[in-house]
Amino acid sequence: MLDTIHSVETPEGVRLSLRTAGPVPRAMAYGLDASIRGSIYVAALFPLMVTVPQLMVPLFGLLVFVGEWFYPVLFEVLGQGQTIGKRVLGLRVVNDDGTPIGWSASILRNLLMAADALPGTYAAGLVSMLTSGGFRRLGDHAAGTLVVYAELRVPARERSGEALAPLAPPIPLDVDEQRAVIAFSERAPQLSASRAEELAALATPLHAPGEPPRQRILRIGAWLLGRTAAGRT
Amino acid sequence: MKQELFERAREERWRRFEALLDAPPRAARDEDFPRRYRVLCQDLALAQDRGFDAALVERLNALALRGHQRFYGARGHPVRPIEFLARGFPAAVRREARIIGWISLLFFGSMTLFFALDVTRPTLIYHLLSGAQVVQFEEMYDPTAAHYGAPRDTAGDFAAFAYYVGNNVGVAFRTFAWGLFFGVGSLLLVLFNGVVLGLLAGHLTLAGFGSTFFSFVIGHGAFELTAIVLAGAAGAKLGGSLLMPGSLSRPVALRRAGTQVLPLLYGLTAMLLVAAVLEAFWSSSRAVPAEVKLVVGAALWAVVFAWLGLGGRTRAD
Repeated sequence: MLDTIHSVETPEGVRLSLRTAGPVPRAMAYGLDASIRGSIYVAALFPLMVTVPQLMVPLFGLLVFVGEWFYPVLFEVLGQGQTIGKRVLGLRVVNDDGTPIGWSASILRNLLMAADALPGTYAAGLVSMLTSGGFRRLGDHAAGTLVVYAELRVPARERSGEALAPLAPPIPLDVDEQRAVIAFSERAPQLSASRAEELAALATPLHAPGEPPRQRILRIGAWLLGRTAAGRT
Repeated sequence: MKQELFERAREERWRRFEALLDAPPRAARDEDFPRRYRVLCQDLALAQDRGFDAALVERLNALALRGHQRFYGARGHPVRPIEFLARGFPAAVRREARIIGWISLLFFGSMTLFFALDVTRPTLIYHLLSGAQVVQFEEMYDPTAAHYGAPRDTAGDFAAFAYYVGNNVGVAFRTFAWGLFFGVGSLLLVLFNGVVLGLLAGHLTLAGFGSTFFSFVIGHGAFELTAIVLAGAAGAKLGGSLLMPGSLSRPVALRRAGTQVLPLLYGLTAMLLVAAVLEAFWSSSRAVPAEVKLVVGAALWAVVFAWLGLGGRTRAD
């Protein structure tokens, strides 16, 4: 399948799926972080000017130095892989085995941002992202990290309670076919009625004359999910 | 087992696991966590294998991922900076002795060469620096100036320190990072720094400011120049891993090199902080006579060499 899933095999023997994030949300997160840093610098100017006018320039210089080199590192390590920009965009940096990023990897990938930024406008990083699996910029390659979507909380779903009598499929279905039928029953409530009928009608071998295709597929789906005849979920 | 039956049977268990994940990490460190996590992994594997619907698999995947992060995340070892600087860092430097040697040759070689060239052809420096810059440098090392080094308005030594930290550490980081391009960036920056320093030294010697310049540079130079060489070597190693990955694939070679150069980066950052303190409070002071600075500076070089050459050695080495 052509997608952006990065699969991790864990020591427990299961495959975990990470959804890697592409250049656009990452650039937006970066832009957000940059403007946050910028506003902090500007906001710090006035207090510095009032309290320690002689030391304003050096302290400001130190602030900018620390901000430019270490802001991402501090947030990534202490904020579970998320700078403020990444948090807003729903991104997270992880090691490519799915574990949380530590100091070493974060420092390495962020120092190498200086290489990704070359030759101006972050062209090197962009080329690296677009030519490598998992959208890794140069720093990600060296540090062994990935930027992934961070939807770590998937709520338990409420199943639509359309009470239909389950129906065993008239012909044996293999796993992929079963999965397609189940996926259809999951998504049917989000489809318009005519579109649902149209899609359901495609599965010609399952249909019987006289029953609307959508209802029939939903009934088979209910059977595959193991619903009892009473239609309780 | 059909999906809905499976879900009904396991729902309670998943909810409890999720609650455990939502609790602060300490609570999740209870003895039961590994077992619960493994059970969840089994549920996920089962759901994947049976072709249960995508929403369920995704939910279990998300739970397992969080468990995975929790379970395998807390593996940081305690940081011992003193121990690292006393033993780990010098050992890391010696491990990379060969590439550090080559970069030193490039840096100090180009410096010496251009020092000699400048002494014989004094106009050479104007090919690299503008007249105004040269005049500025001359003023910095003029023996009659109040302070040596970067100009100071009112802020004094602390300002100089802040300036040197930001500037030098930034230069070192860039020297390292640009090495990713097959080492070229590191080599160019090291070469450029060597050439400019050599030219400046030559020019200032001819101008008669030699004693101020050398007594200024020698003290913090022990740390600063060494750190620049180390940054160049770290970058060259990183880029070299892409040029000559050996029997590894290039991504793997790059990652390994990245891990190996990290101690150099930590150490050289510490060295640059020391250098900035020295440069701001010692090197630039006019109260200390040049002879004392030269002697102390030479001693500092000896200390740096002894530290990096001997630190952390055991009898077995």
